Amino acid sequence: MNRFLLRRTLTTLITLFGIVTVVFFLVRVLPGDAAVLRAGPYADAARLAQVRAQYGLDRPLLEQYGTYLAGVVHGDLGTSTVSSSSVTYELMGRMPASLEIGLYAVVLACLIGIPLGVLAAAREGGWIDRVVRLVAAAGSAMALFWLGLLLIYFLFYRLRWFPGPVGRLPSGVDPPATITGMYTVDALLEGQPDVAWQAARALMLPVLTLVIVLVAPILKMVRGSMTEVLATDYVRTARAMGLSRREVLFRDGLRNAMLPVITAIGIVFGYMLGGNIIVETLFSWPGVGRYANQAIKNHDLDALQGFVILVGVLYVLLNVVIDICYGLLDPRIRLGRRSN
Amino acid sequence: MAFTDTVRVLRSRAPRVRGLASPRKHPMAAVGLFLLLVYVVVAIVGPAFVGDPLRTSAADALTSPGATHLLGTDRFGRDVLARAVVAARMDLLMGLVIALTAAVVGSVIGVVAGYAGGSVDEAIMRVTDVILAFPGFVLALIIVAVLGDGIPNVVVAVAVAYSPYFVRLTRSRALAEREREYVDAAALSGNPRWRIALRHVLPNSLGPAYTQATLVAGWAILDVAGLAFLGVGIQPPTAEWGVMVAEGANDVLTGAWWTALVPGALIVLLALAFQMVGDDVQGSRR
Repeated sequence: MNRFLLRRTLTTLITLFGIVTVVFFLVRVLPGDAAVLRAGPYADAARLAQVRAQYGLDRPLLEQYGTYLAGVVHGDLGTSTVSSSSVTYELMGRMPASLEIGLYAVVLACLIGIPLGVLAAAREGGWIDRVVRLVAAAGSAMALFWLGLLLIYFLFYRLRWFPGPVGRLPSGVDPPATITGMYTVDALLEGQPDVAWQAARALMLPVLTLVIVLVAPILKMVRGSMTEVLATDYVRTARAMGLSRREVLFRDGLRNAMLPVITAIGIVFGYMLGGNIIVETLFSWPGVGRYANQAIKNHDLDALQGFVILVGVLYVLLNVVIDICYGLLDPRIRLGRRSN
Repeated sequence: MAFTDTVRVLRSRAPRVRGLASPRKHPMAAVGLFLLLVYVVVAIVGPAFVGDPLRTSAADALTSPGATHLLGTDRFGRDVLARAVVAARMDLLMGLVIALTAAVVGSVIGVVAGYAGGSVDEAIMRVTDVILAFPGFVLALIIVAVLGDGIPNVVVAVAVAYSPYFVRLTRSRALAEREREYVDAAALSGNPRWRIALRHVLPNSLGPAYTQATLVAGWAILDVAGLAFLGVGIQPPTAEWGVMVAEGANDVLTGAWWTALVPGALIVLLALAFQMVGDDVQGSRR
């Protein structure tokens, strides 16, 4: 286990280092002049030189890289050109809004996807199975921006069931004091159930949009691995020994099918990290995804680069967590042997 | 090895990819293929039958679907049907070119890694890991943001994001293939290593890449349109589905659903067609 952890930590560090390096040099390949982007199109030569000196753009590329890398190690992702404040600070301020959508969506997708996938596998070829396969295929081919618009059109414009895409709270409602930054949680902690309800209502459409897409890979994985597990000898033995169908399904079956399911949850998180740009833009949600979109529009390189590094780091750390879960669920992996 | 064996091995070919089985056995793939066929026909002959996708007309702005404009008009009075049909050619072509580029580049790199092994393999796989550490859409987004807008840049960006999948797939097959007899035979006949890798191992390691490419074509179309929706890559007033959705998104909030929901539906249906074919073929091979 220790050797496994050591090796995993090392490869993770190398990957994290790779992410920062790739993003830094990618952005520097840009044909435009970073100093012009920062100073604006009407700056004269003296102003440009001043900006170059201020941001260290007159230094050799490798030195800039070293400075940036040192900053990242200390949690400093640079300075936004537009607001002149720290990118790390701005991203952290927007993180809770993104987390709130993301966590609700992933948890809901699991709560719906896992039991449905188990049922589909238990009645392979039945009507539940067919519906599940269709939903899984449709979800994998779904365009988030279209689905979001479709739901906005029908559930907001036509039926008025949900509030429109105007952000986290309707205008006129004050956000609760910041504890976690997630409005639904904070409002409840503050004893303001009506604010919590308003925040929850604003969350419903974006979360529903994400859930429909996220549930697809979970359904696919759960159904696939359950089908495999149900065909094994030990499940047949359990059935033959008189255990009930449900017991076999959820105890022997699901537990052994969990590994691929955890992989699916990892995939889902990764998809969400990319998809949140579209969902947050669509619903005017003030999270990190919308921040990235604004950074692109404003040519705010440091902000964009900060977002991409944040997403890469989160994704890598998530995979580490998944690997640790593997070890907890499957004793064979703890010994360091991984079957691929 | 006896001479006759060598001849047999030299003559033997890799198992070919089996053709698609009957539609009854693969209903999903059959439906998907039919849909793809419709899109291809529309993309090829459609633009000749519709009007100018860029002609604006302030008087006709936001007409609902009807006799003169079958799918209505957008806020500039442009015909949605004309724009959607012309866009079919661009989106379909981009999906196919991206899938092909990612498959060719990724597979060649994968074979080199698998066949060469050692430090070459290690280096290639480390780089692949770093690329895979980004969600594909985010990686494509930053590459286009850096390269600037334009169709070739979008193709490169999305292809880069998907090629690691092909590197991994082909590498794992190449690892198994290089132990086979025909590789020894090719080496004994005096072929240089690069030739063995590209002429012998590569064609025999491509099996899984075909289905993967079908799936990637569908995802690539979603990504291209998603980027365009965010205002990255392909810009208005180009007739492209993602651009159309972006331009019409605000009008949906005032009830003009056809401006954005129609082109969006066309994207999803096309992506679904690729998905159905890819899923069904992949499922049957397992």
